[in-house]
Amino acid sequence: MIAAETPLLAAEGLTKLYGPRVGCIDVALEVHEGEVLAVVGESGSGKSTLLALLSSQLASTRGSVRYRMRDGVVRDLLALGEAERRLLLRTDWGFVHQDARMGLRMGVTAGGNVGERLMAVGWRNYDRIRSEARDWLARVEIEADRIDDTPATFSGGMRQRLQIARNMVTSPRLVFMDEPTGGLDVSVQARLLDLLRSLVADYGLAAVIVTHDLAVARLLSHRMMVMRRGRVIETGITDQVLDDPREPYTQLLVSSDLRG
Amino acid sequence: MHGTGEAMVRLEGVAKTFVMHLRGGATLPVLGGVTFEARAGECTVLDGPSGSGKSSVLKMIFGNYRVDGGCIEVRDGHEWVDVATAPPRRILRLRQSTIGYVSQFLRTIPRVGALDIVAAAARETGLGAEEAKARGAELLDRLNIPERLWQLPPSTFSGGEQQRINIARGFAAARPILLLDEPTASLDRENRAAVIGFIRERKRAGAALIGIFHDEDVKQQVGDRIVDVARFRA
Repeated sequence: MIAAETPLLAAEGLTKLYGPRVGCIDVALEVHEGEVLAVVGESGSGKSTLLALLSSQLASTRGSVRYRMRDGVVRDLLALGEAERRLLLRTDWGFVHQDARMGLRMGVTAGGNVGERLMAVGWRNYDRIRSEARDWLARVEIEADRIDDTPATFSGGMRQRLQIARNMVTSPRLVFMDEPTGGLDVSVQARLLDLLRSLVADYGLAAVIVTHDLAVARLLSHRMMVMRRGRVIETGITDQVLDDPREPYTQLLVSSDLRG
Repeated sequence: MHGTGEAMVRLEGVAKTFVMHLRGGATLPVLGGVTFEARAGECTVLDGPSGSGKSSVLKMIFGNYRVDGGCIEVRDGHEWVDVATAPPRRILRLRQSTIGYVSQFLRTIPRVGALDIVAAAARETGLGAEEAKARGAELLDRLNIPERLWQLPPSTFSGGEQQRINIARGFAAARPILLLDEPTASLDRENRAAVIGFIRERKRAGAALIGIFHDEDVKQQVGDRIVDVARFRA
């Protein structure tokens, strides 16, 4: 893990206010290649706002987000044009939503959902697109004979795996995940966690994972940030924050977690 | 690996205090002035009654617990890194290349089989896939894990079996520093002997080991120097 010293993604002073209401305040972070950062906190802590800001789906009130592009040039995401931003989201980045319906096109076949991202980056050969899609469906353990079915006919866990395949097919360098295992049965979660863990390791992905589930953070992330009321209150190596939490709120979170 | 007798880990004046906010901010000073060094090719035994902070010392060296005072210098190739002040990413790199840790319990990963868990650990310090698998098989075999269990995820195993998978994983990689937190606790004689064998092999390979051992007998067999942690009570 970790080669270049310039971070892949870096935020400074990142702030979002919704009128008088606080989204997040003064967040600074860095994510490097091969590194998974977990952002934990209860609902309303600002973690989803942060994710939307980092992935430039939401405009910040203040602060900057910089990203090192494939050509090595560090760009301020706010200064990117709309076309560049969309290209980034479709190719170099992935975004895994908690609700797979937000990340998939429910009326399009599984193969189409995966192939679409390839077409967006210029793939034109139908057979190659289909075979690449088939490959990725297999990697996320979706049976080959479901390739022409729409995700509307899939279970929650399958939809989530399809969403991951759709994201991974363009070999993104950075993946944002918003409660990727939320709302799934525990046994389905385990399968998904194992899949995410191996993808992160095998492809040297960088990822920012927002979760309220400390067990997910422990299993998947290297470093962790704890948020409360829009602010980052504690950061560190994941096991250090979980095993030796310093802040009162973090101690409360850890002691309230049943699985630890 | 470094020459036998060369210092690999140096603790000086290390302190640890827990602040328990859920109990009205009560402070619990555990350790103060912890000073010792661990050398290549030797096993340093941390001794002292339970509750004296032996595990906390290991956890601080690994960066699992924060350090509240003093420094913990770890040799990483030609460089010394102070774990007490190093940024998280530096400590993570240290864990990858230099410091291994065998805890008492296995944190199981859903759906990953025992042999794959151990082989994955062996790959972390550079073995190829085949060698790693062979190394994993050797360790499981020496710890008397029946071959029919190798492909199964340890979450279904007995406590004792899980502990042995954990030990196999801990010894699979060849890092220059290895921290052992009661690796022989509750093992039967045969498996305890296997672990003693692993420790001796790592010492011969020039690793610096720091360990907590329950059994006097194991301490005698592997320990080169003893640090009485009770001396450093805060």
